[in-house]
Order: sequence, then structure tokens, then C-alpha cells
Amino acid sequence: MRTARKLAGVAAIAVAALALSACSGSSPTPAKTTAAPNSVSLRMTTWTANPDQLALFNKIADAYKQTHPEIKSITFDSLPYDDYTSTLTTQIAGGSAPDLAWVLDTDATDFVQSGVLSPLTDSLKATKGYDYGDIGSSAAKLWTKDKQLYAYPFSTSPFVVFANDALLKKAGEPTSAELQAQGKWDLKDIADVASQVNAKTGQGGLIVNNFNYDDWTLLSTIWNAWGAAPWSADGSKCTFTSSKMNDAFDFINKAVFDQNAMPGPGTNLNFFSGGSAFVITQISSANLLPAGGFAWNMLPLPGRTADSTNHVIGQAGVGVLAKGKNAQEAQDFLAYFTNPSNAKKLAQYFPPPRTSLVNAETLAATNPVLSKKQLNDVVIPSLKNAVTRPGHVNQTQVASEVKTALTPMWKPNADVSSILKNVCSSVQSSLAG
Amino acid sequence: MNTNTLAPPARVETRAGGAGQRPRRRFLTLKRRDRIAGYLFITPQLAGIVAFVLIPLVLVVYYSFQKWNVLSGSIEPAGLDNYQKLLSDPQMPSVLGATAIFSVGLVLFNIPLALLLAVLLNRSGRGIAFFRTVFFSPVVIAIVAWTIVWQFLLQDNGGVNGFLKLFGIAGPNWLESGPTAMAAVIVVQVFKNVGLNMVLFLSGLQGVPAEIQEAARVDGASAQTVFARITLPLISPTILLTVIITIVGSLQVFAQIAVLTKGGPGISTTVLVYYLFQQAFQFHNFGYGSTLAILLFVIVLILTVIQWQLRKRWVFYES
Repeated sequence: MRTARKLAGVAAIAVAALALSACSGSSPTPAKTTAAPNSVSLRMTTWTANPDQLALFNKIADAYKQTHPEIKSITFDSLPYDDYTSTLTTQIAGGSAPDLAWVLDTDATDFVQSGVLSPLTDSLKATKGYDYGDIGSSAAKLWTKDKQLYAYPFSTSPFVVFANDALLKKAGEPTSAELQAQGKWDLKDIADVASQVNAKTGQGGLIVNNFNYDDWTLLSTIWNAWGAAPWSADGSKCTFTSSKMNDAFDFINKAVFDQNAMPGPGTNLNFFSGGSAFVITQISSANLLPAGGFAWNMLPLPGRTADSTNHVIGQAGVGVLAKGKNAQEAQDFLAYFTNPSNAKKLAQYFPPPRTSLVNAETLAATNPVLSKKQLNDVVIPSLKNAVTRPGHVNQTQVASEVKTALTPMWKPNADVSSILKNVCSSVQSSLAG
Repeated sequence: MNTNTLAPPARVETRAGGAGQRPRRRFLTLKRRDRIAGYLFITPQLAGIVAFVLIPLVLVVYYSFQKWNVLSGSIEPAGLDNYQKLLSDPQMPSVLGATAIFSVGLVLFNIPLALLLAVLLNRSGRGIAFFRTVFFSPVVIAIVAWTIVWQFLLQDNGGVNGFLKLFGIAGPNWLESGPTAMAAVIVVQVFKNVGLNMVLFLSGLQGVPAEIQEAARVDGASAQTVFARITLPLISPTILLTVIITIVGSLQVFAQIAVLTKGGPGISTTVLVYYLFQQAFQFHNFGYGSTLAILLFVIVLILTVIQWQLRKRWVFYES
């Protein structure tokens, strides 16, 4: 009996604590800062642990503190990329949310629609010298709801193809430039060459970097060549069953299992250590190319035919957590962190969303290993006319369900049509919300 | 002297003339002091249990009746919705099936192997300590590090298939088909923890009185008979302990699944704990995740109670 009373007491305390914590999280966004000097500590979660990048962030933060006495400290909290979103949401659930957070493009819709992020447009527009109109509308599209920007897309990095010309030559195949000159820079011809490389050298042909039969959203770099999309623009209707998507997956399945042009499940190859002839990845991966290593080239994502285009970008945004106790101060810092001057500094590492910075000169600083010709021919057109990887308001659940339903696809002679039908039947209820 | 002579009459007076007066007692009696000391000793442990077990347990029950979306920050009463979802969740049969296969496979593989190793190493001699150390060492290795190494070994072009190739065997793509992925996860877990059960069995075997075994041998019992009729019954409490530990541990497996297969291919290795993690921390459904935690709690409780009751039938020492 006494034990029961004690348990009831513990339960009451726990429920009261929960109720209090729920109430405390619902305070409105504060007005312009009235914080006392040296009273605000800001924390931004990132997935980069690159010392040079963190040094730049700290330098910008130190400069900001000089003119903002209310700021006691600004810390950049590096979380592991693989578990970034789940770690961030766990922090939010545990009441220890950061003040600012990087957000992956695939999670953008989820984060923007849920209300977890503060609207930024008014704050950024009100910041003197910010030049809000310089942010490209196509770059901001994913991060905008009801004409309000919810995260600044600080990194807008196009997907391209890097080719290992040394390996192509070794296999007796045309180099990437020769393929392009011959009018053969298309998915079918690249798959044929990749197949030959595998047959002649035992090395990999074409890799979709980080796909690993897990992150299927990266296959958008291939199905976009057919103009396919996984769901309708409003996210409510599954379109995996479209004929374009059927053709795209038919190509992928044959490339993997009939041609051995792409490495199969469970085979991990690294292009940057010479493990394959081609890799589809973002231009930011250029810094992984070994100095003085094999001869390489960078070309645009191939289309279905040599004269068609295929532009896909990967993005990352940085937003302010709406329920953070320092939301106003965090917005002020974000406005400074991404102003034209600092955006140019950030462009050293992250392709910027500001149209004034999307030029070969600025991007050359971003990727010093790339030539101005490569930037002009490959990168800049991709930045201006690209689609993003698929995202949905139920992204994690939808992604998991699609991944599960796609499992039978990764076998020889898969029944592509019925598998894609099953994908839609599995995922439709989650899409509809 | 004065003190000695005056004190007793005062007490007598109190008892005798006691109308309206109660006897004075010291508050900190020996019994109370012992009790307070006891409470003080267990307070740190109790505080830990309350903070990290009881309160979370109560909260999990509470959350299981809520619809809580972490991102939107919305938390609202859901009644029995989460429990109804549990009953109609199309993934649950596969998840519970995978959980059962993993647990049964682990127990069937781990316990006999641990017992075999313990019997083989239950002797003195040169090199025995070395082998005991070798088999126990995986227990102290970080689980994630251990699993990552196995992930490399189990790749299609990894070490395991490379070894099989030496004998002309083309190994399967272990982590890419349902049955072999589950088998791989079980084997990785067995090799990780078999050393712990081996040590428990070793301690049990060393507690078996040698004279009883000797007496059986003198009576003409074979080695197998001595083991089956004498040794096994005498170490049955240890067997019970290891079975309970292994089953409960198998139901809580997470890191191996998260690193090796992420629940795949498909959902073939999505066990209950991993599914709980997905729902709560990846899909942001903390309410439904809490309901799955309650289900796990109930399953562990039922299995433990069943084993505890069964001990009366097959554990030798128990009264």
C-alpha cells in the first residue's frame, strides 16, 4: 500500500514536470533583443567537423560578439552526419534544442512545414545591408512556405560526374572528354563504357556516391534524366508507377545486374581512391580527389540522350529553432552570419545561394581544383536550372517505407513494374499524411 | 555517586506517578539510527533508480497515451489510438517474427557454444588462461567497433567470402538477403557475448563437487552420463541465469542492427527495439514509440516470469 502511494507520488511529480516542460516550450518568439550584456549563449548544430570550416565560423562569431555585448558565447556543435537528424530531433525532444541548426535538404519539407523553425524573411529584410533579394529564388524554394524563408540555403551544391580518365585509358575506353566530343555523354553510353571497364579491369564502373542501396533519394540524379519524380509536387500522390520512373529503374536494374556497370549491393568501392571509372556526386567532393593522383575530369550529370540536360542539386540550410529561448538573438546572428560579406567567406567551402556570388570567380575559390571552364560549363548551369533531391513532410517515414519496398529491385531480372506498384501502395498512406 | 542514586527514583516517579505524563524517549533510538543509516546508504542508488528508471517508466506509460510530434512540438491526448495502431500495424508481424528469430537463434547458438567452451576450458594446464582470455576478450570490446569490423568482413568482397574462396566456395552476399543477414547478425552477437556466458558456466562448473563426479565414475558411469546426470543438474542455476540474461539481452539488441543492416534488407532484421527507435527518433512518433516500449517491457516481463516459474521444474538447487 505504501509502495503504491509512493509510486502514485512519483507519477504525479513526473506528470507535473511534463506539463511544466510542455508549457515552458510554448512561449512566443521574443521581440528585438533586450538581453542583458554577456547573458546569451548561442549554439548551432552542424554536421561538419572540418577544422578549417569551424575556424571560419568561429572567426565570424568572434567578429559578431565585438558589436553585440549581449552575446556571451557562440558554439558550433558538430554532430555525426549519419545520425544528424535523429540526434537533432532527440535534442529537441529532450528540451535541449540548439538555437540554430543545419538542416539536410531531404528533411527541409518536414522541418519547414512542422513549424519547428522560425520564419526569417522579415528579420533578414530588416537587417541593414543584407540584400535579401540576392538570394536566388530557385535556391530558396525548398526552404520557403507562405513567402517566408525558414532556413538560409547556405550550401547549394550541384551533382556532377567525376571521371577517372586514367582508368578509362587503362581499359582501352575513350576518356570522358572524348565521350563528350563523340556525342556520347549520356547515361546509356556511359553505362556501356562502365560495363567495359568492369569487365576489363575488375574495377567499378559507375558509382552513385553514398547510395549504398540505402539512400534511394540519390537515385534522383538518374531518374531526373527521364523527368521522373517520386511523388506529385504537393507530395500527396505517389508517382513511382509513372512510365518515366519505370524506364529509369529498368535502366538502373540492368546497369547493375546485366551489365555490371554499377557495383551491386554490398560492394563498397571508392572512386576517389581509384576504385571506379565514374562517380555521381556533388562538386564539393572535389576536395577528396588525391593531389597528384590519377587523371580526372568533371562533367555535367548525363541526360538520357547526349543533347538533353539533367540538373540536380543537394542543399543544406541553416535555420533558427522557433522555441529556443534565444530565438531573437539567434535570428540576429543568422542575419550577420549570412550577410553578403560573410556569405562570400562561406563560399570558400559552400556553393552560395546568392546570385551575385554564382560566378566562376567566386566558385573557383570554393573549389580551387576546378578550372573556370569547368565551373562555367558544368557548375553554373546546374545551379540555375536544377531540381532538389526529393523531400516530404513525412520524409523519414516515407524514405524508410520506399527503401523497404524497393528491396526486391536489387536482384537480377527484377519485375520493375510490379515493384514500383508495390512502392506506391506501401507509401501512399504516409504521403497522404 | 549522586547521579547514580538520583536517576532511578526519577524514572520510577515518572512511571508510578504517571497520570498525564508520558515517558520520555530519545528520538534517535538505536533502531532508528540503523534505519536512517540504511536509507542513507541506499539513497544514491535509489535516486538513480527513481531518476533513470521509475520516472522514465512512468513517462513512457504517459506518452503511450499521447500523440507527440517532436518537430512540431505538438502533444495531445490520443486515448488508445497508439495501442490500436499497435494491433493493426502491418509491420508488427514481421517485426515480432524477426525479434523471435533473433532471440531463439541467439539462445540456441550462444548457450550450447558457451557451455562447450566452458567444459573444454574447465581444466588446468598451460595455455588455458590464454584461451579463456581470447574467448572473453570480445566482451570488453566496444560493440560498435566490433560490429563495424564485422561489417567489413561480411561485405560481398569482404574477408569472410575471401576466406571461403580459398576453399572454392562462393559465399553469399551476407547482408543483402534476409535469411543470411539475420544469420550474420546472430553470429556477430554470439561471438561478441559468448565469452561472458562461458565465464559464468566456468564458475558453475568449478562449483560442482569433484567427489560426486568421482563417485559416479567409480559406479561405472561414462563421461557423458556424468556430464548429463551429475554436472548439468548441478549447474542448472547457472544455466537459468545465462538463459535469462541472454534472452533479455537479445530483446534489447540495437547497435548491431543499426550498424550492420539498419533493419534491412527490407525489414527482415528490424527487431522490436530497432523499430521502436525508428518510430520515436526517426519518424518523430514518440507516442507510438512509447507504446512499442511498453510492448517490449511486457514481453520481457512475461518471459522472465515464465522462466522463473519453470525453474521449479528443472533447476536442481531451488527450494
